[in-house]
Amino acid sequence: MVPVRDALKQAIDEEMERDEKVFILGEEVAQYDGAYKVTRGLWKKYGDKRVVDTPITEIGFAGIAVGAAFAGLRPICEFMTFNFAMQAIDHIINSAAKTFYMSAGAVPVPIVFRGPNGAAAGVAAQHSQCFAAWYSSVPGLKVLMPYSSEDAKGLLKAAIRDPDPVVFLEDEIVYGVPFPMSDEAMSPDFVLPIGKAKVERAGDHITIVCAGKATHTALDAANELAGKGIECEVINLRSIRPLDFQTIAQSIAKTHHLITLEQGWPQSGVGAEICARVMESPSFFELDAPVWRVTGADVPMPYTRSLETLALPQRGDVVAAVAAVLGNRISEASVSQ
Amino acid sequence: MSKLIPSVGKLLGGVTTTTKVAPIAVITNAKYSTKNEATFETKPYKLHKLEKGPATSATLTSEDALSMYEKLAVIRRIETASGNLYKEKSVRGFCHLYSGQEAVAVGMHSAMRDIDSLITAYRCHGWTYLMGVSVLGVLSELTGRRTGCSRGKGGSMHLYAKNFYGGNGIVGAQVPLGAGIAFAHKYRNDGGVCFALYGDGAANQGQIFEAYNMAKLWNLPCIFVCENNGYGMGTSVERSSASTDYYSRGDYIPGLWVDGMDVVTTREATRFAIDYCTSGKGPLVIEMETYRYSGHSMSDPGTSYRTRDEVQAVRQTRDPITSFKEKILSNGLATADQLKEIDTKIRKEVDEATKIAKSEPEVGPEELAGDIYYKNLEPFIRGVHPNSPLQHIETAARN
Repeated sequence: MVPVRDALKQAIDEEMERDEKVFILGEEVAQYDGAYKVTRGLWKKYGDKRVVDTPITEIGFAGIAVGAAFAGLRPICEFMTFNFAMQAIDHIINSAAKTFYMSAGAVPVPIVFRGPNGAAAGVAAQHSQCFAAWYSSVPGLKVLMPYSSEDAKGLLKAAIRDPDPVVFLEDEIVYGVPFPMSDEAMSPDFVLPIGKAKVERAGDHITIVCAGKATHTALDAANELAGKGIECEVINLRSIRPLDFQTIAQSIAKTHHLITLEQGWPQSGVGAEICARVMESPSFFELDAPVWRVTGADVPMPYTRSLETLALPQRGDVVAAVAAVLGNRISEASVSQ
Repeated sequence: MSKLIPSVGKLLGGVTTTTKVAPIAVITNAKYSTKNEATFETKPYKLHKLEKGPATSATLTSEDALSMYEKLAVIRRIETASGNLYKEKSVRGFCHLYSGQEAVAVGMHSAMRDIDSLITAYRCHGWTYLMGVSVLGVLSELTGRRTGCSRGKGGSMHLYAKNFYGGNGIVGAQVPLGAGIAFAHKYRNDGGVCFALYGDGAANQGQIFEAYNMAKLWNLPCIFVCENNGYGMGTSVERSSASTDYYSRGDYIPGLWVDGMDVVTTREATRFAIDYCTSGKGPLVIEMETYRYSGHSMSDPGTSYRTRDEVQAVRQTRDPITSFKEKILSNGLATADQLKEIDTKIRKEVDEATKIAKSEPEVGPEELAGDIYYKNLEPFIRGVHPNSPLQHIETAARN
């Protein structure tokens, strides 16, 4: 069993060893061993040149990281959390995502922006936002969201090797969670493909599409529902952009029912995008009931425990949504929204 | 990119202020005659936390002089053509002209080595030409044609060349990017420096100060160059900046004020800066005081916030081309006939490029989805509705 944090470190360590051009910079990545200890030990191993502590100046160091990528290095730019990356979003989008296109392919930007994203525990509104929908709307970016330790390692290695800018959305709450890792996944050659979802659990009755920590909630709900004779197919997207719609469509063709699950806000969210793609495609005709989104509530994240719980989708919410969609008990609630 | 740097020993002989000299990247030939050289006093510098400044005199060979004159004149001509193309609606969107500021770029470029890099903002046509793109490559990018250096996908603000990272449209963003390019020079230990250019308007952006801080902390070989042309759009420096001494605004970073209208002075300042930076002392801030004749962009007549008399006075007394022309003629480095010949050649070249820039086709619709990704993983790129998928294509070479 390997915690996600260690899987991420393995990925960075192996890729730094593999390619001299790879380096990591960010707040507290070196001497402090990482604000969340993802980079523990790397400074001792690689030194100041390749593990670079920055001042608390996101737009400045993100710009420096992108400039280094313009010039052919392969930076890993760590944000202490993606909430702080809003200060640097101009460089992620205007400098990193668009330059290859604007230069007609003259200036590649091989960079990874990574760090914890979404809600942690008890840190209130400014520190609890999911940016999956924001970044995944931008052509030129690739956006990954790992769930398990294998996801974390295989996807981060793929991101570091990828020649395009990649936004890599982690989850603080999952950092300490141990997952089994296969021998294959422990190998330095283990890389997962970008743009392929993983069917975490097969089922015939309803499809639940999710990513990141929400995958845990989905699997939890699926276990509970299995006890009631309802078999859910749980699709862990892994990659938000490119979005593996083919895997979703295949599942819909089997289950004829779909729920999307994410921790981010509902409006213009990842679930909204999936619904739109279903509406626009033959998958629409496969559905026996409307699709439901299960999302974070449409409120800024409250601090206090009881309200925070209500703001995020819980196992019970997924179970209730599955029951509603399968039972076609959807009309009134939907219309009144 | 030819470098016409005369014998450096000769150039700096007797100058006590500079002890080290930047290596010369390319010595094209030795055919210039030592008879044909002249020594000029540079314009006075102002120093911030520097004990010594750049050389106070500089020697120019006839070949230097002609080459610099030609570059100054080409840039002026490109901008005149750009302005005309804009007025006849062949250029879309924005168009920011560099006329009046040519001595900054030409002097700097004359001192740069092949290993050095540069990044600037959107007033970038002249720099793109100096960094190796043809006049046609520049002008047809402005007209959005396939012969444009970005195949018409970037437009006037997004031009690139080897070691030239644009052409950036977000005010100030190019400065940390430039520090990052300098970071790469240091990381590779290749001896190169990066010049990060910005205007007096961008000088107040917060990210400039973040870049200063990290560049100094990490001793990056980054030369921050503030081109102070007096106005950020229509806001004069006095109205935008609590301190207009831009060369001192790096505080702990030494700085240098330079008369940006004198091409010999900007060359010496740049030589000094490269020497300073490559000796491991870290970054330097240079303020080049200059002037733009046109408005901020073509949509700005440039007359509401300054007087026509002010523009005229600069043209008559400080014009970077006229003053350099007079200087090299009176010193006998060039003859009127030689310069006329250059002028004629340039006019012909730019006129021809202008014509082609209007007649070449635009790239085909298949390039709408070209080079979004270096390695595309989308099965198709969505067009404007579900039944109009686009195929991602690669127009640039992949490794």
